[in-house]
Amino acid sequence: MTDQPTARDEPLVLGIETSCDETGIGIVRGHTLLADAIASSVDEHARFGGVVPEVASRAHLEAVVPTMHRALADAGVALSDVDAIAVTAGPGLAGALLVGVAAAKGYALAAEKPIYGVNHLAAHVAVDTLEHGALPEPAIALLVSGGHSSLLLVEDLARKVTPLGSTIDDAAGEAFDKVARLLGLPFPGGPPIDRAARAGDPSAIPFPRGLSAARDLAAHRYDFSFSGLKTAVARWVEARERAGEPVPVENVAASFQEAVCDVLTAKAVDACRAHGVGTLVIGGGVAANSRIRTLAEERCAKHGITVRVPRPKLCTDNGAMVAALGSHLVAAGVTPSKLDLPADSAMPLTTVNV
Amino acid sequence: MFENRYRLRPAPPFRVPVGGGVLIVVVDSATPAVTAALASVDDTGVELLAASVTVDARAHGELLAPAVTSVLAKGGATPKDLDAVVAGLGPGPFTGLRVGLVTAAALADSLNIPAYGVCSLDALGWAAGPGRVLVATDARRKEIYWAVYEDGVRLTDPAVGKPADVLLSYGAGPLSAGADPRPEPHAARLLDGTRAAVGDGAHRYADILGLPVLDEPRYPPAAGFAALAADRVRDRMPTEPLTPLYLRRPDAVLPGERKPALR
Ligand SMILES: Nc1ncnc2c1ncn2[C@@H]1O[C@H](COP(=O)(O)OP(=O)(O)OP(=O)(O)O)[C@@H](O)[C@H]1O
Ligand SMILES: [Mg+2]
Repeated sequence: MTDQPTARDEPLVLGIETSCDETGIGIVRGHTLLADAIASSVDEHARFGGVVPEVASRAHLEAVVPTMHRALADAGVALSDVDAIAVTAGPGLAGALLVGVAAAKGYALAAEKPIYGVNHLAAHVAVDTLEHGALPEPAIALLVSGGHSSLLLVEDLARKVTPLGSTIDDAAGEAFDKVARLLGLPFPGGPPIDRAARAGDPSAIPFPRGLSAARDLAAHRYDFSFSGLKTAVARWVEARERAGEPVPVENVAASFQEAVCDVLTAKAVDACRAHGVGTLVIGGGVAANSRIRTLAEERCAKHGITVRVPRPKLCTDNGAMVAALGSHLVAAGVTPSKLDLPADSAMPLTTVNV
Repeated sequence: MFENRYRLRPAPPFRVPVGGGVLIVVVDSATPAVTAALASVDDTGVELLAASVTVDARAHGELLAPAVTSVLAKGGATPKDLDAVVAGLGPGPFTGLRVGLVTAAALADSLNIPAYGVCSLDALGWAAGPGRVLVATDARRKEIYWAVYEDGVRLTDPAVGKPADVLLSYGAGPLSAGADPRPEPHAARLLDGTRAAVGDGAHRYADILGLPVLDEPRYPPAAGFAALAADRVRDRMPTEPLTPLYLRRPDAVLPGERKPALR
């Protein structure tokens, strides 16, 4: 929780998140986190090496009501107390999104509350307000998750978010997951690689930095590419195996992680400087990575840029981030969504709410 | 059971019945028909106050909540007036089915009222009239969800399968050449006197099923859900978990061997 005072007149907002494998229900008042209840189906997906959409959707259906009860109990509020219900309307797995959206509608219509269908990715950015207060605008957001890697210019978190660039192939989190798999580490791969990397040498293996050469920067200044990196790691590991030599997992993890974090932070700092922006906020599951935090801080400090990264638990999917964005939208006087709001699995980054 | 136990009164607005009757909302999204209804249940029967049915297999998530709001408004009721929620448990295509169930669960939870589940095929069986009928809804992938009813009472567990295979296990109709002819004694008895098939799945596969198909109802009728849950509503039975009748396992493939990165 933050140490800001909780003003009674700040909006009390409940957020529902079901875009992937976490059923999250969070409750915030203004920028203050009151509850962050999560049920995860991650264990059911582990043996498939990735999230199985139908398995995730079934788990959401079972988890919604119990997770709601936990969130309300943790926050010590009743549904009738809340000012609005926010829900992830996209992007994400279509069937999974629909469970959360339909649940939010059921709760909203029964409790006669306004509903806000919001963008999951904007919520990954907004969650930082729970840790560091209102986001200075404009800000540059580096959004790095399991499905996305983008640089965004955030002029108004409620109304104007402009993508500057995105990955042209794999997302950063996806690269962590794939590299973990080929190193024999469990799914999701981010946390075990982060852990293994601590004992490794980040300069042991010179893995490629995608879209960082001068000729690539001309066309892809703010874009990312991680698929070549993944292949380079796979080749390196396989060459070792074929030679009958042991794979130094720690060094591979550290060198791979360094390559990812190097590119992400270099381009984020470049975006801040090019746009004259003094705040960089990092969001999404990969923001939980320990190296991206220190590297971003190091590089931003040199240029007088303030870095904001929420604590790891708030970086991966949760309901609090949805509530945080909802709270921001209510405070900004944004009109609620209609009860026929659709789930949009491909919701564009520019859409903050529907 | 098939007399006029319920009356559908089409013209709004209605007054919410005072005294005796309790108000329920019905939701079903197990078929392409997105159904919501407001009904009153009392000792003499079930009265349908307002119903909304929209056939659109791809828009359950958009249509259902506004339909609930609209039947409440047509019936002159607010959510707080509701005493119970009745939901169609399927079987049905997963994504659409979950919309109805999670909506029902959220309504019941939010209002702190009980939720009751009814097999969606049962609502069709209830409406199909006396005698023995095959109820079939569309399961996509050229399959049907089906069960057999006698005077509205289900004789077989809800099942999913190809219409031709249904005939094998059910024992009705001509067997396709080369198929294993195994009308078991029980199945053979089921066959006797089956007068018709009913439901969207029966319409789609009428030629394979080889049974006369009733024109109506094509989708599970709201009145059937209300009627089949009426005793539980009247007796104020404890709330039930709304467990979907998926009948199929999720499609999921275990990852194969790692592909070589070196050529
Ligand atoms: N410490 C970490 N280091 C690196 N990656 C991490 C870490 N912790 C989690 N991740 C990665 O974050 C990803 C999950 O993030 P998140 O939950 O935001 O993604 P998602 O919701 O699946 O995708 P999206 O938000 O794009 O829809 C996974 O790929 C996971 O490996
Ligand atoms: Mg996410």
